[in-house]
Amino acid sequence: MAIIERPSAEIAVAGAAPTGVKPSEALGVFKRPAASTSWKDWLVTVDHKKLGIMYGVAAFFFFIVGGVEALLIRLQLAGPEGKILSADQYNQMFTMHATTMVFLFVMPMVSAFANYFVPLQIGARDVAFPRINAFGFWCWLFGGIFLNTSWFLGGAADGGWFMYAPNSSTLFSPSHGIDFWVLGLQITGIASLTGAINLIVTVLNMRAPGMKLMRMPIFTWMTLVVQFLLLFAMPVITVALFLLSFQRSFDATFFDVAAGADPLLWQHLFWIFGHPEVYILILPSFGIVSEIIPVFSKKPLFGYPIVAMSGAAIGFVGWGVWAHHMFASGLGPVSVAVFSMATMAIAVPTGVKIVNWIMTMWGGKLSFTVPMLFAIGLVVQFTIGGLSGVTHSVAPSDTQQTDTYYIVAHFHYVLFGGAIFGLFAGFYYWWPKIFRKQLSESLGKWNFWLMVIGMNMTFGPMHILGLQGQPRRMQVWTEARAGEGFFNIGFWNRIASLGSFILAVGVLLFIINIIYTHKSKKVAIAPLDPWDARSLEWMTANPPVEHNFDSIPTVNNLDEFFHRKYAEDPNTHEVRQVATAEEVLAELNAHPDEHIHMPSRSYWPILVSLSLPIICYGLIYNRLLMGVGAAFLLLTMFGWAMEPSTAPDDDFDPPAPGEGGGHTKELAPLG
Amino acid sequence: MADTALAHGADHGAPHTTTGLSNNKLGMWIFLGSECLLFGGLISTYMLYKGRASTGPQPDQIYDIPFTSVSSFVLLMSSLTMVLAVSAAHRKDDRNTNLWLTVTALLGATFVGGQVYEFTAFYREGLGFTTSLFGSSFYTLTGFHGVHVTVGIIMLMALVGMVRKNRIPGSKAETVELIGLYWHFVDIVWIVIFTLVYLIPS
Amino acid sequence: MSTATDHAAHTDHSHDESHGATDKQYVVIALILAALTAIEVSTYYVDFGPLFMPTLFVLMTVKFVIVVSYFMHLKFDNKLFSYLFYTGLILAIAVYCGALATFKFFLQKG
Repeated sequence: MAIIERPSAEIAVAGAAPTGVKPSEALGVFKRPAASTSWKDWLVTVDHKKLGIMYGVAAFFFFIVGGVEALLIRLQLAGPEGKILSADQYNQMFTMHATTMVFLFVMPMVSAFANYFVPLQIGARDVAFPRINAFGFWCWLFGGIFLNTSWFLGGAADGGWFMYAPNSSTLFSPSHGIDFWVLGLQITGIASLTGAINLIVTVLNMRAPGMKLMRMPIFTWMTLVVQFLLLFAMPVITVALFLLSFQRSFDATFFDVAAGADPLLWQHLFWIFGHPEVYILILPSFGIVSEIIPVFSKKPLFGYPIVAMSGAAIGFVGWGVWAHHMFASGLGPVSVAVFSMATMAIAVPTGVKIVNWIMTMWGGKLSFTVPMLFAIGLVVQFTIGGLSGVTHSVAPSDTQQTDTYYIVAHFHYVLFGGAIFGLFAGFYYWWPKIFRKQLSESLGKWNFWLMVIGMNMTFGPMHILGLQGQPRRMQVWTEARAGEGFFNIGFWNRIASLGSFILAVGVLLFIINIIYTHKSKKVAIAPLDPWDARSLEWMTANPPVEHNFDSIPTVNNLDEFFHRKYAEDPNTHEVRQVATAEEVLAELNAHPDEHIHMPSRSYWPILVSLSLPIICYGLIYNRLLMGVGAAFLLLTMFGWAMEPSTAPDDDFDPPAPGEGGGHTKELAPLG
Repeated sequence: MADTALAHGADHGAPHTTTGLSNNKLGMWIFLGSECLLFGGLISTYMLYKGRASTGPQPDQIYDIPFTSVSSFVLLMSSLTMVLAVSAAHRKDDRNTNLWLTVTALLGATFVGGQVYEFTAFYREGLGFTTSLFGSSFYTLTGFHGVHVTVGIIMLMALVGMVRKNRIPGSKAETVELIGLYWHFVDIVWIVIFTLVYLIPS
Repeated sequence: MSTATDHAAHTDHSHDESHGATDKQYVVIALILAALTAIEVSTYYVDFGPLFMPTLFVLMTVKFVIVVSYFMHLKFDNKLFSYLFYTGLILAIAVYCGALATFKFFLQKG
């Protein structure tokens, strides 16, 4: 198969359709899909930016699903003897709320940002393995949908998001809910693992010339650390999920206490994954605010190397603390002491970051735009959550706190007040780059303040509730057992439930902001660089062209984009603007690269991933269906293997009349 | 300022990467690093549970060390033939590449055949998947390994076909090398399993 | 046996210089591995006394490292591959031994 390199006069965004498509020496079963602008393009795209948008939209949809699940919980606990949810429904609700928020909102939303921005931040044109990237997305989406079909197929999983054994066995949970949970997470896990391999290779191997590791933006650094965490943590939960599914589906005895099993095996396997998982959830938001705070303080990040290294340190030490989730499980004093000390140690690199962010703002020219407000919100609220975390590290103290609402307060402060506020900061910050308009600042401020008030009103009282003795996963409270005095369990539950609805209104305002911004004719198209930012992703069009950069920039500094706009007078040390963003971009595009190799669209990622839920439905309901799914998997994997990552030009379905042919693609396989 | 780092792919073999290393090879090595966590979990589960056979046979009652030793030797030799296949591929010697790939696959199939025989023998002697913790964890660990070997055999045979039809997208030598890495990994996992599971009695 | 000079076959330039072992050397390595395996198997027949466990662990480790370093070429390749793979391996050993330790696994006899 000859590979021809064809010179192009210009990089046309909407080039001519290939005329007279001849039968190709296609290796695969189908001809490649041609470029098009219809919705079908999204099904076969391998473009990291489109995949990022799809991850983001779907993840936000699941955020709403998880949020509704939370509101139902809070409605149930809003008054004594709540009748909204039965005990069984309540179990399903808190299990699915957590599962949805962790696996179907925060993790994929992080993927959305990482997919969209990491290649741009390092000056690359896409990720290392674009088809695997697409495959990962479709696996995640189908896994998430599969998981949620359990609601309609006999009930959702009801064992809590950490699914402790032996409660998770068929004896105690006979519906198929947990089977859907186990298999759904296995499918979504493929997305995490392949995404990790993809992004690690991308960051190590596809940086622009001069983009040394210590010149990468912190968001990319944190993403790199997170991918290593995913790479090594996902297999551990994979083992745990296989053991559980073998027990439930094939009567293996792994967690059968009568056969001599030790329930702690599940806990260890789950938490060896689970603790790195929480750093997977928070580090990207740390990365986002590390971008935002310098921009809106008009100062470089204080202690850049320390911020990068402390992220790596958190990732490393995070492997040594998992059993702090098991202090009350009977591990014994030696184990408890070891893990208690390790947990105290990990507070240090985290505290270092807080100091660095504050020192970045100190003496800076602060502008309190909405992204900056959310970023500062993370700093404050994560600190609060981190402090309660430090109290957990003291094992005797944790013995009282564990399995109470005090823990619920802790992790919602770090996850909602921390991770999710970081994501919202990212939404407002990067919105103009992706969607060409800046979200309304005034609506954004309402969004922010209602979320702050709602969040603190919901989760603040939970510290008190925990210390008053309210256990986790408690379906109902009564006046008789709510304790003495006015400020008893009943009072704080009412406050928390009220807060949760204020929080919901805050989130609703975000959605309204999006609708308003894009429907309104009064909101202008955003300039290229609305925030006067510092990193390479802003050195592109709004939104970036398909190949990201007309010419790959050579990087000479940390905060390269900033250094192209501003110069420091060597004598007076005065910093002056020497170029606008538009001028910088124009200069970059003055000599576009001649041979741009972009990966080609492909049917295979979505087809291969479709086989997985088929296999899993088959495992639950009909073994023949499993066989059909497995055969489909095998065939589609062969189809994929035979297809080169970049197509010869004649290997396309001719585009429908009237549809653009996309730009001329050059040929040669990517690395 | 215009950079042509990504240009001239077809002329010079691989596109330039920041580390100078191949994307595919880097991807395969980190994948193998993650597989250590997978097999480590299965091995640990086995180690915890191997002494817990409340019913049914115990490990030292059921293992046939001489038989398994032959199996292990076969798999070890398949690593040799794999490395010879990679060497032939680097020499652009398609015929010998395919020869050694086929021998590797045959040796691998012999190993899997031996596993199947062993499992059926154990089952007949009373050790089923659900019999005891020892049974569940033994079959899960060795079963996962066996599935990995089988996937490897399928990849080897697919590779033989694609080499013959000259239909490998990308570098032929590198593809053979990467499948070789996967194959050797499956072998080193067995090196660990053979010792920890079979040779060290409970 | 000799380094392939066709540039189209190579995606890793450092591969050109360091090609590891010749075919003949690979066979010798395989024979060494076979001999080590024979010693391992002999522990089933011969009583090694207190040396039983150490011998098996050493042999297992040596075989593992030989296959990784020579057959998988890690000894001759860029050190980055070694760092990445051994990080995964050492992490696995550390966390799983840690978990087993909490089960007092290493305190029991044998």
